[in-house]
Amino acid sequence: MSFAKNLVYSRLKLLNKYSRSVNTSAIRLQNVQQVTTGKRICIVGAGPAGFYAAQYLLKQLSDCTVDIVEKLPVPFGLVRFGVAPDHPEVKNVINTFTKTAENPRLRFFGNVSLGQDISLQELRQRYHAVLLTYGADQDRELQLQNEQEQHVISARKFVAWYNGLPGAEQLQPDLSGRDVTIVGQGNVAVDVARVLLSPIDKLKITDTTEYALEALARSQVQRVHLVGRRGPLQAAFTIKELREMLKLPNVTTNWRSSDFTGIAEQLEQLQRPRRRLTELMLKSLSEQSTRSSTAAAGRQFLPVFLRAPKAISAKEMEFAVTQLREGVAVATDATECLPADLILRSIGYKSSCADAGINFDPQRGHVRHEQGRVLKDGEEKSVEPGLYVAGWLASGPTGVILTTMNGAFAVAKTICDDITAKAFDTASTKPGFEVGSQRIVSWDGWLRIDQQECEAGKSKGKPREKIVDIEHMLTIAGV
Amino acid sequence: MLVINTIRNTARLSLRNAYIRNCLTNEIRATNFTRTFSLGLALRQQDVVNVTFIRANGEKIKSSGKVGDSLLDVVVNNNVDLDGFGACEGTLTCSTCHLIFKVPDYDKLPEKPGDEELDMLDLAYDLTDTSRLGCQITLTKDMDGLEVTVPATINDARAA
Repeated sequence: MSFAKNLVYSRLKLLNKYSRSVNTSAIRLQNVQQVTTGKRICIVGAGPAGFYAAQYLLKQLSDCTVDIVEKLPVPFGLVRFGVAPDHPEVKNVINTFTKTAENPRLRFFGNVSLGQDISLQELRQRYHAVLLTYGADQDRELQLQNEQEQHVISARKFVAWYNGLPGAEQLQPDLSGRDVTIVGQGNVAVDVARVLLSPIDKLKITDTTEYALEALARSQVQRVHLVGRRGPLQAAFTIKELREMLKLPNVTTNWRSSDFTGIAEQLEQLQRPRRRLTELMLKSLSEQSTRSSTAAAGRQFLPVFLRAPKAISAKEMEFAVTQLREGVAVATDATECLPADLILRSIGYKSSCADAGINFDPQRGHVRHEQGRVLKDGEEKSVEPGLYVAGWLASGPTGVILTTMNGAFAVAKTICDDITAKAFDTASTKPGFEVGSQRIVSWDGWLRIDQQECEAGKSKGKPREKIVDIEHMLTIAGV
Repeated sequence: MLVINTIRNTARLSLRNAYIRNCLTNEIRATNFTRTFSLGLALRQQDVVNVTFIRANGEKIKSSGKVGDSLLDVVVNNNVDLDGFGACEGTLTCSTCHLIFKVPDYDKLPEKPGDEELDMLDLAYDLTDTSRLGCQITLTKDMDGLEVTVPATINDARAA
């Protein structure tokens, strides 16, 4: 039945496209401006959290208008710049976001940066409510000496590089060595490992940027170590990502059997997701002896557990051997060095404070809030009326798109509840965002960029060739 | 066995053709740019399968599809009010179409979940032993009257 099913979905997509071209006339913008009554809500950041919140608000509040302001000229945040290029299915959420954007009560303002082009204070004056969803654009550091050396880069930047985030094209990772050591074992770490180990032909049909494809085609990387402080039972990657790795052509996964001492005995006590993940690792480990003799020539994926980062040198990285005590990794005196021509740090993202007016916790890298209501600076229990936060800016960088979706819906519901309870002013008239002399990309402008990217991709057999230069984007958008 | 298989394949083929026909009709009919596809037309009454979605708060949403539709198709084609349902559009890369079956219904399902479906279900909220992804369940005639539970989400809090 899968044929028929695919057919239905491709038809649906066709329909979406058709209706898109009809709905996106200039009339739409005028319509919004005519609506002067009703609640004006501004969402800062056009990623999944922002779009899901907008979807909910537009549906629940028939008299609201929603404006999304986005720092970049293009929408979709980590769906465009984070999701791995070889996971195009995950990007199908873009179809839903596009439907939301086509709502006549929504306006998109691309190329508007909070804290630079407009202040939070000004936004709050212009809107009844402001929802911050600008995500996490920084990463946690190891706090080790030599971390700023050329051969140590963050996985976040590496992802941004192959995904075409403006500015990231300058990264030029050195892939001339044989060994890469990735510190961290989350799905970002596994994504990066997969991109490094995948046959180049598999990536050529994705929207990986052309410069990254060229660099990856020349890559000499043969072995990727994926190092975690804790054990197999605490592994942060999810089972889909591991299964994909195990199926990668010409790549052998080699586990360390010593890491799995006593693990099989604990299977029974585990919850189903953790149990299935552990079973898959154990199964792969048990097949290892037969496998390694046949595929020794190919590339290798090498997960290493119970090692904490200790020191960085030119060609290797030193780790402390750890022991687990009540789930916490405690370093012992023993150490181990792993070969590392390139080190990728993947121990988590954190947010940045875009505007001095935001009650931001720099330690934890997110906005202080309670159930999405931003707290007043210095006051524990009192909230800023009409100011909200959702997505990774609120929760920290965890979870899959489902998590972000539910979180965004929940905060959007909180906004609706607060409006009902008159927790903030919605009676006065608010002007909303006014376009001055800035170069602002409208939704129609994005559609022009989108069209150009898809056309450029077509000749190369790729779904799109992303434009990475902001000036180029703005020109195509016609501003 | 061969005969049975042949019959089965023929049936599949004609189903597939029905699908294509129906899609084409829908596309022509969809000039009003909605995604609410009418089920009427060339469909015979016996092809209709009634399905009820039950929210965690007990609210029942009655809907219907036709033999060969997936439960995700039923939600999409009828605009069933479930926010965020089917985010990846049936490509087995999310778990937003998670549904919970009654034990007898679950046991009767013709196909067991594959590894990839179970992998995604592992990320779902309120996972149960009778959980499936709606996009992987293809309606058959004997599923008529099926009742499935939609796990607790923000939808319920709102409706309550």
